[in-house]
Amino acid sequence: MADSPGRPDGTDDEDQDVLIGEEPGASVHPMLATEDSYEELDYDLNIEAPITEQRERLASGTIASIVEEHTGPASAEEVGTEATELENDVERSSLEGDLSNLQISEEVTQRRADTVPDRQDVPNDTDEEVLQNREAGQREIKDEDIHSSVWRDHKKHVFILSEAGKPIYSRYGNEDKLVSLMGVMQALISFVQDGKNNLRSIVAGGRTFVFLVRPPLILVAVCRTHESQQQLLLQLTYVYNQVLSVLTYSQLSRVLETRKNYDLRRLLGGTEKFLDNLLNLIDQDPSFLLTAVRCLPLDSTVRDTIGHSIQSAKIKDLVFAILIADNQLVTLCRMKKYILHPADLHLVFNLLNASTSFQAADSWIPICLPKFDSAGFLHAHISYLDNSKACLLLLTVDKMMFFELAKCKEKIVEKLKKHHCIEAINRAVAGGGYRCLEVGISDLRHFIYKSKSTAQFTAPELEAPYREKEERARLFNMYQYVHQRVHNAARPLKIMFHVGSREAMLGWVTTGFELYAVFGPLATKQVAILAVNKLLKWIKKEEYRLFILDPPEF
Amino acid sequence: MAGPPTPRMKALEAKVVVLGKEGVGKTSLVVRYVGKIFSKNVSPTVGASFFTFKMTVDNHRVKLMVWDTAGQERFRSMAPMYYRKANAAFLVYDITQYSTFENMKTWVDELKTATDTPMVLCVLGNKCDLKDQRKVQSDEALMYAASIGALFFETSALTNEGVQEAFLRLSLALISLSKSAPNCGLITKDYDARRKSEDFLSFPPSLLLLREQIKEEEEKEEEEKKVGRCC
Ligand SMILES: Nc1nc2c(ncn2[C@@H]2O[C@H](COP(=O)(O)OP(=O)(O)O)[C@@H](O)[C@H]2O)c(=O)[nH]1
Ligand SMILES: [Mg+2]
Repeated sequence: MADSPGRPDGTDDEDQDVLIGEEPGASVHPMLATEDSYEELDYDLNIEAPITEQRERLASGTIASIVEEHTGPASAEEVGTEATELENDVERSSLEGDLSNLQISEEVTQRRADTVPDRQDVPNDTDEEVLQNREAGQREIKDEDIHSSVWRDHKKHVFILSEAGKPIYSRYGNEDKLVSLMGVMQALISFVQDGKNNLRSIVAGGRTFVFLVRPPLILVAVCRTHESQQQLLLQLTYVYNQVLSVLTYSQLSRVLETRKNYDLRRLLGGTEKFLDNLLNLIDQDPSFLLTAVRCLPLDSTVRDTIGHSIQSAKIKDLVFAILIADNQLVTLCRMKKYILHPADLHLVFNLLNASTSFQAADSWIPICLPKFDSAGFLHAHISYLDNSKACLLLLTVDKMMFFELAKCKEKIVEKLKKHHCIEAINRAVAGGGYRCLEVGISDLRHFIYKSKSTAQFTAPELEAPYREKEERARLFNMYQYVHQRVHNAARPLKIMFHVGSREAMLGWVTTGFELYAVFGPLATKQVAILAVNKLLKWIKKEEYRLFILDPPEF
Repeated sequence: MAGPPTPRMKALEAKVVVLGKEGVGKTSLVVRYVGKIFSKNVSPTVGASFFTFKMTVDNHRVKLMVWDTAGQERFRSMAPMYYRKANAAFLVYDITQYSTFENMKTWVDELKTATDTPMVLCVLGNKCDLKDQRKVQSDEALMYAASIGALFFETSALTNEGVQEAFLRLSLALISLSKSAPNCGLITKDYDARRKSEDFLSFPPSLLLLREQIKEEEEKEEEEKKVGRCC
């Protein structure tokens, strides 16, 4: 065995020796919510917590409270959310035939009575108009014949339908042609629901079917991949969030409550592209897998200067200022009391990633960040700074504030230019991140490290042999696999060493971090453990460059 | 000194809103006029985009602040914010889709009921390069425009036909509106000639990224053509 550098006690001992709170990238000033995504998911799917706590979790009204704070309670909009709980029987059963692996898990149905007074009326519509609406943004994959093997062979299908079984979205093919398929799905779900159970997943014909019922919507994934049910449910949750981000939960539920057969595509016009893009990102970007955000590696003094520049331009009602470059977070400045959930930030990344419209001019858009407040819209001023790759989003609760925010942006740009920060960002983007070589571990090919206390992760750029698209996809699948093994609810592993034919991967989860490291196929577990200890030291040394540890506040 | 003194330059600032169904070419028109470019792959507008640009017309430096809206149903509730203080509105439809003409009329009705200050209206029948697919006859649109007191042009963002003229005539109408209705919300000031050099005819910086993108698209297409040939 190779003579391993590092500590002599690098044995099979799986206990970490990194002190809690001292892990690389740890911070006591989180700007992002850091709940464990699976725990959160289970919680959402299976609410057993006391009602008060539930209310907190489901609570909307954050936006209302910001408005209230600034205008006094008298003029604040009345926003309230009620959560009620229904107890259901716990039971395991199975259906016959093809569905022999049907899993049914107990679930408490979650209902929310919205007491928001009518803020937006339910529009009237005709179905023909919906079709015309959609002619504008036709997707190529829309033309796919759903009876063809090409359509059937897609690795991951995702469908959204209403509880009434009306098609809303299909990742591939035209959902209009999928009416009967969606009808079957709806029937299946309501059949199981009648038995006071909820359908979670079916394994049949080499495919996994995963169902997420989020009244008034049903989301379904059908996969030939090896992702776990949990991973797929989390992905469907992101898709659901994307729908909320353009509609808000209030509007969604009101529309479909008023008219069960309403064609939601009318209101979602133009959203398909964002759903498509989201699903593509989910299949290649570890942010979603980890529910964490990637930061642009940047000298900490530059990042601080950027933070101060944004801070000093503060104006009333500005809730979040988010600076993003090349799908990475540069900095995030927030109103003291509020933190963002990584899942909400993913929606923001997806928004910028899916549309070049923001590059042509400053934009003003309503956006709902469902984890922040699913009942209402925030309003975002979006602009690429000085034609650079850096995009600034200023989020407020006031839909009339565009011009104030435009001025605010001008001030920020002026400061950033004065301190040459935009050049620094451009350089960091052009540099393409850092190389794995910098770490100085010869057999280490790539890694992903997530600091749990900040919900941020870091990874070096992908180099040979992972430059090719196929290889990159294979590597990502392996990350997913190891991730799924170390997060398996039934038998979670703290550390796992997986040896494949072309590489070996170490996955290591502690209370403070998650680390996945890729080595050559000949690496042993012992060598890998020594190496990751060295890697942790390196990340610690670089933590101010790789993470945002002192996020600015307004 | 010979001749009468030239009248002093005036500066006029006006807010313009572009309304119409998504896909009729609103963004393409604005980008065509502001940036003198056309991109086949211009991305559908999300929410609304804000453009500003300046031109000299009839001894006026006119600064137009243009809200280009998305036109989608779900953004309809945001619309009042864009036309609230507008001095002019472009009402755009696509000559190859009759429904967009009908949709355009609903915007006119909304403007009539929701605004009370006088406004310059300009109806644009876009995509007039697609003559063989025409569904809206010029005469019908012209009659309609006349009935609401609006200017009317057929335009093509693709070929640039009618675009210059539409913006120019809109600006002229704004100038005369500012004279005839002094309290319509339009502000005219004496123009400060010292600023002249900096604000004319430079390529609008906000469109630099888009221009680069178009270049890339074109290069890619070229390459694809080359590749296509050898297969
Ligand atoms: N042939 C033709 N196509 C156009 C013209 N203007 C826009 N388009 C195309 O119509 C589509 C929608 O344009 P866009 O500007 O995004 O419309 P908007 O939604 O009204 O802003 C795009 O594919 C454009 O390339 C035009 O004058 N002629
Ligand atoms: Mg547009």
